[in-house]
Amino acid sequence: MNKTCTRFAVTALTAALLAAPAFAQETGTLKKIKDTGTISLGHRESSIPFSYYDDKQQVIGYSHEMMLKAVEAVKAELKLAKLDVRLMPVTSANRITLVQNGSVDLECGSTTNNLERQKQVAFSDTIFIIGTRLMTKKTSGINDFPDLAGKNVVTTAGTTSERLLRKMNEEKQMKMNVISAKDHGEAFLTLETGRAVAFMMDDALLFGEMAKAKKPGDWTVVGTPQSFEAYGCMMRKDDPAFKKVVDAALAKAMTSGEAEKIYQKWFQQPIPPKGLNLGFPLSDAMKALYKAPNDKAFD
Amino acid sequence: MAYNWDWGVFLQPTASGDDTYLGWMIYGFKMTIGLSLAAWVLALLIGALVGVLRTVPNKWLSGIATAWVELFRNIPLLVQLFLWYFVLPELLPESLGNAYKQSNPVVQQFLAALLCLALFTSARVAEQVRSGIHSLPPGQKNAGLAMGFTLPQTYRFVLLPMAFRIVVPPLTSEFLNIFKNSAVCSTIGLLELAAQGRQLVDYTAQPYESFIAVTLAYLIINVVVMFGMRWVEARVRVPGYIGGK
Repeated sequence: MNKTCTRFAVTALTAALLAAPAFAQETGTLKKIKDTGTISLGHRESSIPFSYYDDKQQVIGYSHEMMLKAVEAVKAELKLAKLDVRLMPVTSANRITLVQNGSVDLECGSTTNNLERQKQVAFSDTIFIIGTRLMTKKTSGINDFPDLAGKNVVTTAGTTSERLLRKMNEEKQMKMNVISAKDHGEAFLTLETGRAVAFMMDDALLFGEMAKAKKPGDWTVVGTPQSFEAYGCMMRKDDPAFKKVVDAALAKAMTSGEAEKIYQKWFQQPIPPKGLNLGFPLSDAMKALYKAPNDKAFD
Repeated sequence: MAYNWDWGVFLQPTASGDDTYLGWMIYGFKMTIGLSLAAWVLALLIGALVGVLRTVPNKWLSGIATAWVELFRNIPLLVQLFLWYFVLPELLPESLGNAYKQSNPVVQQFLAALLCLALFTSARVAEQVRSGIHSLPPGQKNAGLAMGFTLPQTYRFVLLPMAFRIVVPPLTSEFLNIFKNSAVCSTIGLLELAAQGRQLVDYTAQPYESFIAVTLAYLIINVVVMFGMRWVEARVRVPGYIGGK
């Protein structure tokens, strides 16, 4: 190899190395968003008050507003004049697959961040912390989980509550009949029509279902929380650049007090579709989260 | 796409600790087969009867049969399922309805699913049977009557033996369909094959392994049904007539 050739090779290599960091910030999801000018967001259809349709079929909710904060940050980061937002409804069953296969870039709804899911997808900073409890008729006489022995109990398929309920049934020999409904709406229908005496789910969602009930005053949420869970936004794994932008946007919203305002809007003021106030106070866990945002799972 | 393959997941104990994930799949497999076979037997019986009634000269009988077919054929399967599962118990007297709703949910789900699949498929079977009967030359019926057979005897000894042979291939499709249609029942919480597949996704976050396993299971069922029906077709064919040698 002659001298010129070597020098050329060294120059090329140096140029490549210098150029590399400049390109590195726009790979993966960010690059995809920049190239297509579109971000695809996953939302839920009936996770009140996190992500659901109002009576005009518009997606609204606490998680949805948090997600839009992240979208703004992505737009600013990529210096895009215009960013099209494509909304895609997802279910508990298909959300992970849709994020993995690229149909959805970011999903903020009511998705629990846990270790099993972390093998397949990445989670943003936690946006909400819930406890799993029971909704029942005020007159049912059910006060806590032991009262459920021998009864029909409904939960939503694919949720942590389903898992906990089946486990409890197995370990404590409670002889419950566990019904796994397709979504929260159907689970509540099962409860409302008297097929089940109680509905186990994330407490905030239970309050949300109550808001939709024909007679919200007939229902109550009871029981010791069986677990605490952290809701996060899902995105593709191994895409630190995108996660950084999303996390920064969410953390900023939480530490600046914006998130608390959004919380008040959805949990302490009348919300669509029935104008009911969930009256769900800010828990200590949530206060701590807003002070120090993090992406830790509870299990 | 970054995907973390793990076929060992089927042998892991489930999160509730009652079984392995493979055990869940086998439970779903049995449920799908049990439900579909039971519904198929009912559908064949009802469908054969309704199909025959559609071709009889009596206007009332054929009218009822036509109404039956149009009713169950034109309402989407999912809607029928929801009617059986959610609406029917509300139409019962309140105390009876409440007692029914508090009974074992698996029994409730199974009954609703069975009725739904059986009646939906019966309408389709009835159409196949009717077309089988109509495909016979009209001379056969006249010949039967001329021989001194009554109308029921003509059906029993002349028309139906040939008509059923002719409709074995389309009935095979219906038989295959009933297994695939049974997946709809996962929407009311019946833990059949499709529901177990979905449940596996939820519990293990391994969607591809689960769906591939479910697909293979349906494939096995369908291959068995197909070869079984081909065997039936070969066994019953009449030499020298349609489909015979």
